[in-house]
Amino acid sequence: MTLANSTTRLSYLQAIVEAQREEMRRDENVILMGEDIAVYGAQSLFDEFDASRLRNTPISENSFVGVGVGAALTGLRPIVDLTIASFCYLASDQLINQAAKLRFMTGGQLSVPLVVRTSTFYNNRTAAQHADRPYPLFMNTPGLKVLAPATASDAKGLLKAAVRDDDPVVIFEDINLWNKKEDVPVDADVLVPIGKAAVRREGNDVTIVSIAGCLPHAMKAADDLAGRGISAEVIDIRTIAPLDSTTILSSVAKTGRLVIADNSHRVGSVASEIAAVVCEEAFDALKRPVRRVTAPQVHVPYNGALEKGLFVTRDKIVAAVEKLN
Amino acid sequence: MALDREQQLEAFRRMLRIRLFEEALIAHNPVGHLSIGHEGAIVGACMALRDDDYVTGTHRSHGHPIGKGAEIGPLMAEIFGKRTGICKGLGGSMHLTDTKMGLICESAIVGGGFPLATGAGLSAQVRGTDQASLCFFGDGATNQGTFGESINMAAVWKLPVVYFCENNGYAVTTPVSMSHGQPDIARRADGFGIPGITVDGQDVEAVHAVTADAVMRARRGEGPTLIEARTYRFDEHSNRLAIPIEYRSQEEIDHYRNERDPVALYRAILIQRDLLADIEAIEAEVRETIDAAVTFAKESPEPETSDLWDNMYANPIGLDRAMEGQS
Ligand SMILES: Cc1ncc(C[n+]2csc(CCOP(=O)(O)OP(=O)(O)O)c2C)c(N)n1
Repeated sequence: MTLANSTTRLSYLQAIVEAQREEMRRDENVILMGEDIAVYGAQSLFDEFDASRLRNTPISENSFVGVGVGAALTGLRPIVDLTIASFCYLASDQLINQAAKLRFMTGGQLSVPLVVRTSTFYNNRTAAQHADRPYPLFMNTPGLKVLAPATASDAKGLLKAAVRDDDPVVIFEDINLWNKKEDVPVDADVLVPIGKAAVRREGNDVTIVSIAGCLPHAMKAADDLAGRGISAEVIDIRTIAPLDSTTILSSVAKTGRLVIADNSHRVGSVASEIAAVVCEEAFDALKRPVRRVTAPQVHVPYNGALEKGLFVTRDKIVAAVEKLN
Repeated sequence: MALDREQQLEAFRRMLRIRLFEEALIAHNPVGHLSIGHEGAIVGACMALRDDDYVTGTHRSHGHPIGKGAEIGPLMAEIFGKRTGICKGLGGSMHLTDTKMGLICESAIVGGGFPLATGAGLSAQVRGTDQASLCFFGDGATNQGTFGESINMAAVWKLPVVYFCENNGYAVTTPVSMSHGQPDIARRADGFGIPGITVDGQDVEAVHAVTADAVMRARRGEGPTLIEARTYRFDEHSNRLAIPIEYRSQEEIDHYRNERDPVALYRAILIQRDLLADIEAIEAEVRETIDAAVTFAKESPEPETSDLWDNMYANPIGLDRAMEGQS
């Protein structure tokens, strides 16, 4: 028996494995499939579960995501591990044309309780074909739910909520967070609700909206700013689609200033959408223009120093906030 | 496993339903990709399945649900775009899906159905049922990557899937000979280590026999089979497409229409078996069914704008903002 509210210290990656273990124990229709899944943390699951529920797939991204869709249509709740987010492009037909559309196109006859896990491998010296953060593409796809956890507890709670959700969910995990440890709830029924942002720090002068792996930088920036007498509120959006605009708008109503930190490419980014929503809905509350801190519209280079220069840092967030004074 | 007398009449009924359903569409509202000429292949395959077996179809989507025994009215209403349509008017001609009959999708993305049918087979295997999954596709679709990817996975995992090619010889205007390095589609099975079988698609009983064998093989856990039914499309690729080039000869079309019509061929066989009276009764009944479906479709209401959002998510969260795009 576990005590109510008890926690255990887990890394972000361990939390994901735990979530899968608990959901596979809870529901025998949950299966896990992907390429060399043991390499990506699932080794310990092989000790516990029947191999028929753990599928190492051939290298066929479009089809194995589609196999997940077909299985989801017919009684299973598959978790498909698409390992590296740049491979989403290969599977985009099955994700966008099938998973996202089948419920709609059949007038609600079908549901697609599919979870696709995938990781953004930026800041890892893997060069342009492995370092994408393609979540804006899927934010632009009606019919999908898109998640981007920034903490171990959220990685666990959101993945579990996704497995129990009857719609197709794509989770972007951030490898820059994989080793970050946290006290994570032990209770197998603690879920993090899809569609709710988290206020990570309260403040009055500026709202910093953080997406996925930007969170540690946003928190450090808020510390820095506090030292300069600026009180920053930090919101971790957690769910990219549907976006919790209510939490963002009420924060901006209080602070009047907004900086959005997003490691996707600048044009058509999640930051762009949030900026547009705030300009449409809360323009009167804004004391200064909205600012986006994003990766520039350029491919990710192999060279490590050049690569690091592209992404969100504490200093870039602080500089953006300072421009608002 | 030959068809008994009742099944023979049922096969004829379903073939005729497809034929008259599509002739009604031509008469009332020229729309979509017709299966006229493919009835023997479609019905022969579907008659080898149980109601709880899965089927994925193609953009040429009308025959598949009818072949599986779906109710006609909602299919017709769907093509008229009506709220009473099987997909509430949101899917239409290339996407006639009836989940009650095991149809899990018709894909207008050529090759999109391979993974879905394979996934349905995986699901049956993991859940430990003896359901089979049958994937319809055209000769053109076999050049998509999903063909090889999916069949390979099904072969490795011995999934209960039947891959069923309606080879009508053309993809829009491109003949098989100009798009396939090796034009014998059944032979591609060798590359995956599974059986590949060619059958005359105009002979409904021959198609039924090979498909029934493949389905039994699937249920026994012996894995997938690739079936190539040689058939022919009598009409154009799509009624909406004006094709400026002569990519097939009139002589060829006439030959199939006059000598190789699967409905006429089967009717003649059943008459030889002394079933004329039953056939005539079925003909009257099917005509009535189709007329009633057209009336139902015409008189049905249009969908509402709000239906769009009602069918987006099983668990909708925070959709209010998404609706604002309308204003
Ligand atoms: C991915 C994709 N590419 C192209 C098309 C356009 N298109 C629709 S049907 C078709 C030909 C399909 O030929 P085949 O698979 O032989 O089926 P048939 O039409 O002969 O029944 C094409 C090219 C499409 N719908 N999807």
